[in-house]
Amino acid sequence: MAGTPKKTNISRRGFLSSAVAGSAALVAGSNPLQAANPENMAPNVPDWSRYLGAGVAEQPYGMPSEFEKQVIRRNVPWLTASTESSVSFTPIHELDGIITPNGVCFERHHAGIAMVDPADHRLMINGLVDKPMMFTMEDLKRFPRVNKIFFLECAANSGMEWRGAQLNGCQFTQGMVHCVEYTGVPLKYILEEAGVKTNAKWLMPEGADAAAMNRSLPLEKALDDCLVAFKMNGEALRPEQGYPLRLVVPGWEGNLWIKWLRRIEVGDMPWQAREETSKYTDLMEDGTSRRFTWVMDAKSVITSPSPQAPITHKKGHTVISGLAWSGRGLIDYVDITLDGGKNWRRARIDGLRLPKALHRFYYEFDWDGSPLLLQSRAVDETGYVQPTKDELRTVRGTSSIYHNNGIQTWHVQENGQVENVEIS
Amino acid sequence: MLKFLKPALIALGLFAVIATPVVAGKLGIGREATPAEIKGWDIDVRPDGQGLPEGKGTVETGEELFQEKCAACHGEFAEGVDRWPVLAGGQDTLDSDRPVKTVGSYWPYLSTAYDYIFRAMPFGDAQSLSPDEVYALLAYILNMNDLVDDDFELSKSNFLTVRLPNEKNFIDDPRPDTPILAQKKPCMENCKTTVEITGRARIVDVTPDGEKGSN
Ligand code: HEC
Repeated sequence: MAGTPKKTNISRRGFLSSAVAGSAALVAGSNPLQAANPENMAPNVPDWSRYLGAGVAEQPYGMPSEFEKQVIRRNVPWLTASTESSVSFTPIHELDGIITPNGVCFERHHAGIAMVDPADHRLMINGLVDKPMMFTMEDLKRFPRVNKIFFLECAANSGMEWRGAQLNGCQFTQGMVHCVEYTGVPLKYILEEAGVKTNAKWLMPEGADAAAMNRSLPLEKALDDCLVAFKMNGEALRPEQGYPLRLVVPGWEGNLWIKWLRRIEVGDMPWQAREETSKYTDLMEDGTSRRFTWVMDAKSVITSPSPQAPITHKKGHTVISGLAWSGRGLIDYVDITLDGGKNWRRARIDGLRLPKALHRFYYEFDWDGSPLLLQSRAVDETGYVQPTKDELRTVRGTSSIYHNNGIQTWHVQENGQVENVEIS
Repeated sequence: MLKFLKPALIALGLFAVIATPVVAGKLGIGREATPAEIKGWDIDVRPDGQGLPEGKGTVETGEELFQEKCAACHGEFAEGVDRWPVLAGGQDTLDSDRPVKTVGSYWPYLSTAYDYIFRAMPFGDAQSLSPDEVYALLAYILNMNDLVDDDFELSKSNFLTVRLPNEKNFIDDPRPDTPILAQKKPCMENCKTTVEITGRARIVDVTPDGEKGSN
């Protein structure tokens, strides 16, 4: 380990992949924090303290430090037949606070990323309206605008865990979630221009991608809090998030948040689109299926420590960090347990608390170095309590794929490594 | 339509009151969409038949088309190739351990298949099929699911007579379906005497390698 920055980076990546695979034992030498180059350590003075760094605009669009290369979306290649209809996961184990950086927001496409020229993009409103309308992107930017922070979670988040613990890493088990600030226009203002007829009850938003993604959305929800957004975290939507225009459906499953939004039809009954019949319906043990299961129930997960983010210091003062969210509004509180649910204690929610947004929680404690069984349990402002996975299985069986918001267990071993387990 | 604004403002609480600008009536933004524009984009089909174009197609024509345009991914008999979706079979598996969800075993409405196949298939060449082709492909898929005879012809006029067997098995969302606070306060102390590890992700051994995932 020569210790040039590049090599340090490689060793960290190597460390990470072995931690992810959960195979190699964690030895002190592979701890990135201990792989420091003595030449850069006091009393020596490192190069960066002596010589000039890069000038301004070296990178006209800035990127994270080269030492953060492991903070990336990852996919599970065997999961789907093609990457154009697939999913990548947010590295939530590496992030903090409640805002997800644009470049690592998870992706789910059904026909790849449409590359849309905003000059050629239109939003059409038709169906049960007084006057069918066509809007340019310029038009949309003349409506009054709002800024709102919301989480977006795929209904299939944690879907692979229904039959038992499968994947080692919250990136894969809970990483189909992100939370950004949207800038956009309340959908009701746009509908107002077309004049919705009195017998209208449903909308069908549709994408301009090669899946022409479509869903049925109750008019009531659209008028309540839906937005048509063109910015995320202050900059234009990323192509993979629907540039130049996406629907924002706060608290409801991600599939409804139509990307590359090109059309909204107004109607008096649901369309029963493929994504609300074949998919995004929840198959129960008795063979019946739940449909229109839109709300994302309260959920939480400890993001660190977790399988991809082991404890690298020995015993002593330790920070537990995690995320909680509810499609019904605010998170009231989060409790965590160190002993697999024998005793629970209140975590500390820190930072912004906004309805239908991620909440960040912490729990600080003095770890004695003995194994831990970590869990977190969220309760939202409506009194919804995050259930255990077994409570969910008792009611729903194991075939439903979607809406698995069960409590996650991490087994922290004496060496600080963490594995995804299920407990009694 | 100002009536929409008020309940929303009240329901959303303080944040919305501060953040939501008040708009009174139409702003005169945008233009009317032309009938030609609407015709080109209005591609959806509903269970009541709204949106179905004129056209027809037989199982036999459908079979030929399917082999040419669909079988590479969905299999000669719509049975699916590798991990590409299975479109036929799976009857009586929904309450089993390994449910097979297909157009025949799971989908509640045939209109969904019309709507979806035209808008999204063949994968990578969407919105390329003619109405006659979609009717024919649907006839073939129905036939592969043992729902229509070999000499069946599907058309706009008989479309609504075809009902899929699983329609009655869809129910509306009954959540919350686990105890809420008012029903059961979560336990805080001495909640269990013993705790055993009953399953481990690494035994199942399906964890993707972080480096591979970044390729
Ligand atoms: C290149 C491979 C490919 C070809 C060719 C193809 N499909 Fe597909 N098909 C897919 C994929 C991938 C999906 C799933 C897409 C998604 O969910 O994002 C799919 C989904 C479907 C579904 C929905 C399945 C379900 O259970 O929800 C139907 C129906 C379908 N295809 C019909 C057809 C027909 C008819 C054709 C020929 C005209 C066709 N496909 C050609 C790849 C293909």
